[in-house]
Amino acid sequence: MTLQDTARDETVLRLSGITKRFGALTANDAISFSLAKGEVVALLGENGAGKTTLMNILFGHYTADAGEVEVFGQALPPGQPGAALAAGVGMVHQHFTLADNMTVLENVLLGTGSLWSPGLGKPAARRRLQALSEDFGLRVDPDARVAELSVGERQRVEILKALYRDARVLILDEPTAVLTPQEADALFLTLRRMVAQGLSVIFISHKLHEVMAISSRVLVLRHGKLVGEVATHDTDRHQLATLMVGAEITAPAPAEARPGAVLMRLAGLSTTPQGNRPGLRGIDLDIKAGQILGVAGVSGNGQGALADLVSGVTSPSEGRLEIAGDRVEGWNPRAALAAGIGRIPEDRHRTGTVADFTLTENAVLESYRDAPNARAGWMNWSAARRTTEALIAKYDVRCPGSEARIRLLSGGNMQKLILGRVLEAAPRIILANQPVRGLDIGAVTYVQEQLIAARDAGAAVLLISEDLDEILTLSDVIRVISDGRLSPEFARGEKTPAELGQWMAGQGFDHAA
Amino acid sequence: MRLDPIAAPTPARTLGLPALAILATIALAAALAAIAGANPLETFGLIVKGAVGSKFATLETLNRATPLIFTGLAVATAFRARLWNIGAEAQLYAGALMTVVIGTQLGLPGPLALPLMALGAIVAGALVLLGPVLLKTRLGVDEVVTTLLLNFIMALFISYLLEGPLKDPMGMGWPKSPALPRDARLPRLVEGLRLHWGFALALICALGVWVMQTRTTLGYEIRAVGQNPQAARFAGIPVGRVLIKTALISGGLAALAGFSEVAGLKGNLTSDLSPDFGYTGIIVAMLALLHPLGVVVSALFVAGIFVGSDSMSRAAEVPTYIADILLAAALLFMVLAILLTRYRVVRG
Repeated sequence: MTLQDTARDETVLRLSGITKRFGALTANDAISFSLAKGEVVALLGENGAGKTTLMNILFGHYTADAGEVEVFGQALPPGQPGAALAAGVGMVHQHFTLADNMTVLENVLLGTGSLWSPGLGKPAARRRLQALSEDFGLRVDPDARVAELSVGERQRVEILKALYRDARVLILDEPTAVLTPQEADALFLTLRRMVAQGLSVIFISHKLHEVMAISSRVLVLRHGKLVGEVATHDTDRHQLATLMVGAEITAPAPAEARPGAVLMRLAGLSTTPQGNRPGLRGIDLDIKAGQILGVAGVSGNGQGALADLVSGVTSPSEGRLEIAGDRVEGWNPRAALAAGIGRIPEDRHRTGTVADFTLTENAVLESYRDAPNARAGWMNWSAARRTTEALIAKYDVRCPGSEARIRLLSGGNMQKLILGRVLEAAPRIILANQPVRGLDIGAVTYVQEQLIAARDAGAAVLLISEDLDEILTLSDVIRVISDGRLSPEFARGEKTPAELGQWMAGQGFDHAA
Repeated sequence: MRLDPIAAPTPARTLGLPALAILATIALAAALAAIAGANPLETFGLIVKGAVGSKFATLETLNRATPLIFTGLAVATAFRARLWNIGAEAQLYAGALMTVVIGTQLGLPGPLALPLMALGAIVAGALVLLGPVLLKTRLGVDEVVTTLLLNFIMALFISYLLEGPLKDPMGMGWPKSPALPRDARLPRLVEGLRLHWGFALALICALGVWVMQTRTTLGYEIRAVGQNPQAARFAGIPVGRVLIKTALISGGLAALAGFSEVAGLKGNLTSDLSPDFGYTGIIVAMLALLHPLGVVVSALFVAGIFVGSDSMSRAAEVPTYIADILLAAALLFMVLAILLTRYRVVRG
């Protein structure tokens, strides 16, 4: 599908036949598209669809096996990140690449001046930075240290960095993942100003409503192939979702919850901040049987501290932690497991599993000392293997076998094994920290249904997620976390996403307190 | 140039590359022998002959391998938990010291003395490593630095003892300890052959470490802590306590090298008891890819190179340094081979 209006415009970027293989996996399969001056193209696809690989090729981090990248009619030499920068392509990564201990201005200048020039030419640079800030509505103090900036401000610095280097094409990789809905709206305003001034933007996302809001054209990637190219005004969210997943999708619709007793209570509880991660600041939280409590919030607002506390990795510095009415002393991961807490960690690769261990060794990670897996200090591997094989079958873990190394598994299958490990221990409380992040849609539905089933069986579920849609779908009650504090409890449907967004931005806490 | 991880390396890669590393080592040694003015093939022949060419040579190689098995196991056990014990040399001397003190100062009868000497050695070696590991778990002090520096502290401490309190009054002024009484020595494995029970003890230890690593909960904990401490901690494995247990085992194994050398071979303690057995243990463990049974094989290989080179250099006038170069090259090529079994070098 070629679009008439695009063809007429000046083409700034053209990718033709880009193919990239990693071993047996074809991450990009003959992908071609072009980007015109002054348009926003959204690149839509699930995790693992090949979006990031494609951008890494465009930006010279990877060399394509076949195909060519042209910027303003000039072919880019493959494998040279400097070439893409020089040609006017800038990228804002999902994880920022800023020097925390330097000022905004210094970060912007980093790498722009010659190694031999005596000064940095700061006064001129400051004037130029201020002009750019005003032109594009990117308000940020040039002399503030990056460490003191909010996430939204840091993103503005990243964008300014690209603009300062005369980027005419800007690539944004999942830019809204770290923003509140309000901050995302401000970003969209900036992007509109950019395209009005003739810049072009590639916007990578898997959030359909954002794609609908900002783009003029949508490219859909699935399993490394370009499966659709549609003008945004000719499509709708349902069509895009179907294109992206390749099948009709249905979100789980949990039945009415029947909350029971309070199984875990946090009262006036604080934890010590760690590095640049905020701690909890005097929170009160009741986790009830038969209920999913969703904690919404922007990344880095204390979700990690809350998850670490509930899973036993950290202890409270102040306040009280009660389990089934009893105050807890000597809190650690083993105590948490003994108290019947099942933990699904945020990072399944680094916290949830040991990559070079087999599935069996990973399946018994939390129960390796218990019968039948071990007796009096001796492992019983054949029993552990039988347990694991039953788990593999029950939770539909697709794998070469129980003795394969877990690093060979896809994220979804790895998560199913962790889910099985947690649920087979029959936990009374389940901590699910970003349980579906990075999973394909089939695995997402499976994990979410299992959590709902556990709730219906009487477990208390604490769901922490940065994806507001996920919180809204699954939670019976919602609390918002911001800078280590928790909002009051909101019932399902009590607040609109925009209202929750204001809480996520930290508004309302002072009145509530 | 970049390194791309390989998810599932083929057998050709996992077996072929280490084999290639050995070939590269041999090629390098051949070149060096040629530069030294000798015929490379003849040189290799002399090394092999010197290592296993006669009953005497073979027994010499087995004797030389014995302390290397102990220190190799000590390093392999610690490295498995990512505990970088560079101090096997100090732990060896601590073990040797305790062996001599118990054997010469307490006046116990042999059947009682030998087990007590071994036990004392194990405790001493374990304690030497306990300090650095406590500094690591409590204060985050890098154990590479502390264990390495302890080697020098221990060497000086031994020198002081041999010049002072432990000096043999009958030693004609030489800095050496009194000799162990006859019945406090490890007996010969086979009567009439110069091979003692220390070698058998080393083999038993290798088997024990292997069983510990693969069959016990402690072995599982050690491997989990080594491969991913964050996941281990999250799963409820007490990482600090596991590291301490690992250190006790590792230090004890290294100390047994000292016990075995003193009680099996030398009979007394001198400051040149160990020609870097502790450091060579690192090479032995790395060549064995940290596998406890592999340690036996690689210790025999390393010992063979040393013993063979000694006799070769007498016959062919190639310096014995070729043994050091061979081992250093083998280690470097092997580390490279291990890296390349897991990563692919890609351009761009």
